[in-house]
Amino acid sequence: MRTAFINQLIEEAARNERIFLIVGDLGYNVVEPFRDRFPERFLNAGIAEQNMTGVAAGLAREGYNVYIYSIANFPTLRCIEQIRNDVCYYSGNVKIVAVGAGYAYGSLGVSHHATEDVAVMRALPQMAVASPSDPSEARAVATLSAAYDGPMYIRLGKAGEKQVFPSGASPVEMGQPHCLREAESPNLLLTSGSILSEAVTQIESLGIDTAVYTLPFIKPLSADALVQLAEMHPNIVVLEEHQKSGGIGSAVIEQLSDAFADGTLKAWPRIRRVATGDCYLSTAGSEPYMRRKAGLTLLREYFETK
Amino acid sequence: MTSIEFAKRIRRTAISMVHRAHASHIGGALSMTDILAVLYSDRLNVRPAEPQWEGRDRLLLSKGHACVSLYAALALKGFFPEEWLDTYGTDGSLLLSHISHHVPGVEMSAGSLGHGLPYAAGLALAAKRKHQPHRVYVILGDGEMDEGSNWEALLFAAHHRLNNLCAIIDYNKIQSLGDTNDVMRLEPLADKFRAFGCAVADIDGHNHEALGDAFESFIHETERPTVVIANTVKGKGVSFMEDRLAWHYKSPDDEQYRQAMEELAL
Repeated sequence: MRTAFINQLIEEAARNERIFLIVGDLGYNVVEPFRDRFPERFLNAGIAEQNMTGVAAGLAREGYNVYIYSIANFPTLRCIEQIRNDVCYYSGNVKIVAVGAGYAYGSLGVSHHATEDVAVMRALPQMAVASPSDPSEARAVATLSAAYDGPMYIRLGKAGEKQVFPSGASPVEMGQPHCLREAESPNLLLTSGSILSEAVTQIESLGIDTAVYTLPFIKPLSADALVQLAEMHPNIVVLEEHQKSGGIGSAVIEQLSDAFADGTLKAWPRIRRVATGDCYLSTAGSEPYMRRKAGLTLLREYFETK
Repeated sequence: MTSIEFAKRIRRTAISMVHRAHASHIGGALSMTDILAVLYSDRLNVRPAEPQWEGRDRLLLSKGHACVSLYAALALKGFFPEEWLDTYGTDGSLLLSHISHHVPGVEMSAGSLGHGLPYAAGLALAAKRKHQPHRVYVILGDGEMDEGSNWEALLFAAHHRLNNLCAIIDYNKIQSLGDTNDVMRLEPLADKFRAFGCAVADIDGHNHEALGDAFESFIHETERPTVVIANTVKGKGVSFMEDRLAWHYKSPDDEQYRQAMEELAL
């Protein structure tokens, strides 16, 4: 996913000379083609995320569309105040790219588990939050972010994620749920991030009849689109590789709750959140192992079956 | 107007503002006044009628709590009407008690310390990459040098040879709860900056000639970022405020205000 994203960013940078990439001393074997092709618009800021973010904010103020690239929580939580005060307050044109969403770096420990990032980043005014689910969505987000003037957090998996969307899939749009498959069924699986491919395998092996949509953008998130989906599919399962509090399921519930309050949503659907609880996982493990350990597994009982 | 007269006007205006608003932080606003007076008298290439002019020199105030002096300097230079100063800190005013970029002539909002220098480094790097000749100045507090982000930015600025970047430390030697060298020792400060790869001018921050010379050296630097250590006195210009920690917090009462104006009579 990260390679798909960077390769698309290179294509964008070729036709948009405002694009500038700063890495936080990470990105080995991924970012070099950008560096070699656009040395005047590339920088390794070293292991100093507060400064990296401040520098990015300054570059953005001078007209660049600046991408900060790092992993896990380093470009977000480590420098959250710089993001708030120096980027968001100015609606600065800074894109924060974090590789290693959720438990992608499972064995590297809690420091490398990005499981609160969505909650924190979506709380910031002006900040858009993107979370592609496969390489094609990552490429689409790269293109959309290049044209977007403002702060955006881009949450990527790692490497080797399977392509899940077929080549004829509908395009990714900011704020819109992205349809992988529709179904004549009360069930709707909403998910976001690289857990998609595992989720699809699980529903197929369980033989569950459900519509499947991803949320390539968690913010903005169209309430109208969610209402429409909830009316068609009143049994919703939100699966996310993130803690339950403040995450993707929370974002969905907030939008639907507001719609219910103002009467746009007529009937409240059943919404089950499948997410990490209020805990850290301190054992070693691969991403699939950590997901299982965190309970991020789809069960038949979550869905209505005939 | 000479820079000395300008400095006096800034001080008078700043004290009037905090007196009217019952606001804090006059001590650190007065300590950096001469720096502002020299910069805005003839050093900065700016256009008050066109605050966002692309070719301008950028001046950032990282110690944003000392904003009254900068607001005063900008109003006196004509960036915005002097009457705005009367609204300082009142309901709905753009003139917040920490510097705000919504005010014409202000480059960056600040309030949380340790943000200005990284941002300034970004501005300076952009100028380098775009081959633009303008310069970037940032005024920092001494207590603010406790923040690790400043040292990250110094490493960065020296590594990238940002000779168009000038950091000015308002070294009044008093921070929120005590003397800087009691709270967290900064000395030997000049040696630290030199070791980081900066050109250093260690000067009397109230001596306009020395400040002018330091800024002149800065513009002739070809490789290194410059740090001007401006040795200053907190509360400078008002006898009963000088070197007193309390004036980080206190606002002058009517009698103190009268006395301050008398001491700073034009």
